[in-house]
Amino acid sequence: MTTTTVATRRGPAPARTHRSTRRHLRRIPLYILVTLLLVVMVYPLVWILLGSFKTQDEFLNNPTWALPHSFFNVSNYGDAWSSIALYLRNSVLAVFPALALVIVLGTAAGYALEVMVFRGRSRVLMVFLAGIMIPGQMILLPLFTVYFKLHLNSTLWPLIITYTATGLPLTVFMMATYFRSIPREVFEASTLDGASAIRSFWSIGFPMMRSAVFTIALVQFFFLWNDLLIALTFTTQDDLRTVQVGLLNFTGQFGTVDYGPTFAAICINMLLVLGLYIFMNQRVMRGLSAGAVKG
Amino acid sequence: MNRVLGDKRAILVLLGPALLVYSLVMLAPMLWSLGYTMFSGSVITGFSWAGTKNFSTLLHDPAARAALVFTLKYAVVVTVGQVAVGYLLSLLYVFFLRRASGLIRTLVFFPVVLPTVAVALLFQKFFEFAPQTGPVNSLLEALGMHGVDWFGSAGTAFVVIAVMDIWRSMGFYAVLLYAGLVDIPEEVLESARIDGASGTRLVRSIVLPLSLPVLVSSIIFSINGTLKVFDSIYALTGGGPGSGSTPLTLLMYRTSFFYGDYGYGATIAFGLTLLSLVVTLFIFRANRRDVTEA
Repeated sequence: MTTTTVATRRGPAPARTHRSTRRHLRRIPLYILVTLLLVVMVYPLVWILLGSFKTQDEFLNNPTWALPHSFFNVSNYGDAWSSIALYLRNSVLAVFPALALVIVLGTAAGYALEVMVFRGRSRVLMVFLAGIMIPGQMILLPLFTVYFKLHLNSTLWPLIITYTATGLPLTVFMMATYFRSIPREVFEASTLDGASAIRSFWSIGFPMMRSAVFTIALVQFFFLWNDLLIALTFTTQDDLRTVQVGLLNFTGQFGTVDYGPTFAAICINMLLVLGLYIFMNQRVMRGLSAGAVKG
Repeated sequence: MNRVLGDKRAILVLLGPALLVYSLVMLAPMLWSLGYTMFSGSVITGFSWAGTKNFSTLLHDPAARAALVFTLKYAVVVTVGQVAVGYLLSLLYVFFLRRASGLIRTLVFFPVVLPTVAVALLFQKFFEFAPQTGPVNSLLEALGMHGVDWFGSAGTAFVVIAVMDIWRSMGFYAVLLYAGLVDIPEEVLESARIDGASGTRLVRSIVLPLSLPVLVSSIIFSINGTLKVFDSIYALTGGGPGSGSTPLTLLMYRTSFFYGDYGYGATIAFGLTLLSLVVTLFIFRANRRDVTEA
């Protein structure tokens, strides 16, 4: 619209307008493609969110794409929350201690393997690296046996321990790579000033790595929070289920019978991650793809 | 200085805990699991020596063969799908959307971080046949076709699994490959354009060869993930209908924890590890030869 008004006012403009219209016309299939892409990506998510406000009657009698009657119908969320809350608590209690351990142990090991000098350190790094390749199924059975024999099955310890161990290989490897990018002179200078190796790790290395540590923590958080296999194997009691296992079980209970609470439960699980992603998306994308290239 | 940075006690304090946890919880169980392949029974029933029986069972078990075929079919289809769609997306980002691609990149990436279970349940409802007609079947009906009971047969269930896992992870591969494409020097593209290359010709002769290394590492990464698929299939179909969508991982899980046969379960897990090792080495080799020939 604006281009035509400009065109009438100026002399040489029509030719240019003509060309740019043609350029825009040529790009129309592309715009359609991008729109289609957006619909494919966003619609399922919007649909599930809309569904979480619907009543059972709307689910069964209205077409599936209909909007909910009222966006203030949050009773589904109330129903879902009453059972999801416990699962969320379990997830938090299992994931965050493991995350803290992974970060502290992994960063210290990465520092030792990259900054410290000793024989066989590249071999140790290779041993850690091999852990990235091992399928989870290879370690499940012996671990289950041990946890069972130690009577840990009625606690969250199996999850914390297993999460810590499975998170280590990637963390150690990425931290070693990050420490490689810090000039050695930094650590040499601090030892000249009389700091012990451990002191220069705590006072120089760890603080310098703050951004990297945060990125890895974020990446590991998503891996651990979204885990199903380990949680499924090691939680044998209902009141120990993590949010992922609980959600599966939840649909088993309500499933085909009761749509609203199921949709609301799925939404609760998604919204948490969405909240984190909105603020950190660049860092998440960078961190996850860095982990992939090196893994 | 080297005395300080080579301090044995400090190394032990820094490296020791991580190495200990890793060895106890990952390395030792791995070896232990290898030991299990020669036994049958479980921790609850007790173990008995089985020798090489588990291995001969694995070779002749029709369920294992079906699971292997399913795993390979899934791995090939989804790896090709993920990487191909991801590559197309990354071309879209670099050559058409350019600076404006940030928002779309972020949006398409989002499902990557969503819990697999949540996405699987979403797709279950999205493709639902009855009692509620899901959006996909509603669309089919609006177009004058019949709705499909997607989870009623192995073939259609496979379609939903593949669609879901490609939808879920294409944004990830797009970002991975995008980083590779951005690294191609602008001068190379410019001189190719001056030489008259454009559109598909430019992609085929210039962009594709130059992004081959990232493409290969994407394929290796993807095939390693798809051979080990568990979460998405367990949550979406549970391996069904019957055992029509059961990969090796799920067969291993069922054998061990439903039927209580740790020995055979460990054997399947070992087979799976071997399979992903061989496939990775194969792609690695094949690619290296290509590069030396070129």
